[in-house]
Amino acid sequence: MALTATAPKTSNDTPTRLAIRRFMKSSSGKIGLVMAVFLILLALLAPVFKPYNPATDRDYINRLKPPSAERVFGTDNLGRDVFTRVIHGSRISLQVGLVAVALSLTIGTLLGLVAGYFRGGIEILIGWITDILLAFPSTLLAIAIVAVVGPSLTNAMVAVSITQIPVYIRLARSVVLSARELDYVQAATALGAPNRRILLRHLLPNALPPIIVQATLSIGTATLETAALGFLGLGAQPPAPEWGAMLSDAFRGGYALNSPWTMIFPGLFIMLTVLAFNLLGDGLRDALDPRALK
Amino acid sequence: MWSYAGRRLLSVIPVLFGISLLVFLFLHLIPGDPAVVMLGERAGPERIAELRSKLGLERPLWEQYLLFVGNLLRGDLGTSIFNQLTINEQLARRWPATFELAIAATLFAVVIGIPFGILAAVRKNTLLDNLATSFSLLGVSLPVFWLGLLLVYLFAVNLQWLPAGGRLSIDVDAVFKPITGFYVLDGLFQPQSFWDVVRHLILPAMTLGTIPLAILTRITRGAMLEVLSQDYVRTARAKGQTERLVIWRHALKNALLPVVTIIGLQFGTLLGGAILTETIFSWPGIGSWIYEGILNRDYPVVQGGVIFVALVFVVVNLVVDLSYALLDPRIQYR
Repeated sequence: MALTATAPKTSNDTPTRLAIRRFMKSSSGKIGLVMAVFLILLALLAPVFKPYNPATDRDYINRLKPPSAERVFGTDNLGRDVFTRVIHGSRISLQVGLVAVALSLTIGTLLGLVAGYFRGGIEILIGWITDILLAFPSTLLAIAIVAVVGPSLTNAMVAVSITQIPVYIRLARSVVLSARELDYVQAATALGAPNRRILLRHLLPNALPPIIVQATLSIGTATLETAALGFLGLGAQPPAPEWGAMLSDAFRGGYALNSPWTMIFPGLFIMLTVLAFNLLGDGLRDALDPRALK
Repeated sequence: MWSYAGRRLLSVIPVLFGISLLVFLFLHLIPGDPAVVMLGERAGPERIAELRSKLGLERPLWEQYLLFVGNLLRGDLGTSIFNQLTINEQLARRWPATFELAIAATLFAVVIGIPFGILAAVRKNTLLDNLATSFSLLGVSLPVFWLGLLLVYLFAVNLQWLPAGGRLSIDVDAVFKPITGFYVLDGLFQPQSFWDVVRHLILPAMTLGTIPLAILTRITRGAMLEVLSQDYVRTARAKGQTERLVIWRHALKNALLPVVTIIGLQFGTLLGGAILTETIFSWPGIGSWIYEGILNRDYPVVQGGVIFVALVFVVVNLVVDLSYALLDPRIQYR
């Protein structure tokens, strides 16, 4: 391999530009980005495109009609247009994915930073909580939490985010453990900078790249788990057009297999959403964490 | 090695304490009176009082916890509120179904995933490799419950090759005698039923095994690629050994270590993740039992099921960690 190929082309490369260039080299990243942007646009434009009220939407004459030019995804047992419900479902799924990840990321990162920086008893306590949360398979833990607090979309979202907290604790803690010994952090400590400043100004930025990568991947997982809870009837409740709940309706209503379009399309969109964020996460890893690049 | 094993074993104790605490609090975090929630609003005050005293709800919290742990240590998980059967009886009847399913799913993932991953690594950047990479990406993005429905639609409804659910057909169920609860094993002694048992296992095992299959393919491919770029592999090739020998004797042995770890960890996850698969295929295992417990508000069942799965999960992870230390002498644990 020619040596010149790896040298920076220009001397004024900022880290951001370098990251963007690396990202653009990753084909999975590009595909994921396009898919994610498409899904986000779909979610944003759904009400403009097709206004929808799930509570009043009924058309009993056209029940369980297969896909046609007029209704591209067919209709369900109440004659509701599956396409309309699916595109409005993207609003729910994306919101849930983003909020759940934001929650677990904020709580987990803070706990991880604190554990890695202060050490001692607090680190042991946080480590113990992490171990307990990881002692349950995540789907089971989410189901158990919802079983306690009751089924609803919000509770499902919170339950899913609780299962993801340990990942961020471990990630942030490990970064802090290696970064706290760096010269500039030692210097800030010697200059008498308050803990809060060292944590948020000096240590947090170090932890951000791996956390951003993890967060992108987690959006996919959160979407999947929330849909699973919806499918079990423990998440979003009818008539909300949540994809998992739509699959649940079709399965429990007994029409999923006779009118397969009622289950194929919601499931397909769950998969596309998860795939989009998994691809995007892979691309971001290539861009932000070149050490992990293989 | 031994001091590592000792410390790793000891580290389980606080985790077990935490699990028991969490599962105990489970009942007390339910909004409202657990006895009322379980029996429903229409239950008479005598029945509610009876259940309250049976569950020990009128005692102080710490006393209740000690009682709970005491019962746990004696192996007493309580009684179902719904059908009055003890949790132990039901667990004994249910766990073989879940284990059999998880073993079948793991086999499915291993038998296909490892060769697929090896081939993809050996033929890097070919069509086969791209296929493997795309498949492993798609596989981890699949909703299990959707995959299950698709498989039922395709193989049970359209092609009518395989049954859509349950562990046995009705006519076979009438004559089948469970001995161990592992029906494949029991079927060996009842040859007329064996094929029926296997046919019922295929679709659920494929459903549950697809995500581990995708993960295994990816991990095997990655591990093989890494090993194939090592010096000793180059040396082996330079010595003029055949490519087959290089791959099988030199590369594979070392590449399989992370793969074995993943298989172990995935097996633990399968036991807990089987809820969705078991629900779709009416599979009478632990997962569908916990789920029924939630729907019936039968909290002793949910507590018992969750604690059982968590225990198995912890033990499986422990075994994986210890065997990893045993298998790889290069690893030094501080």
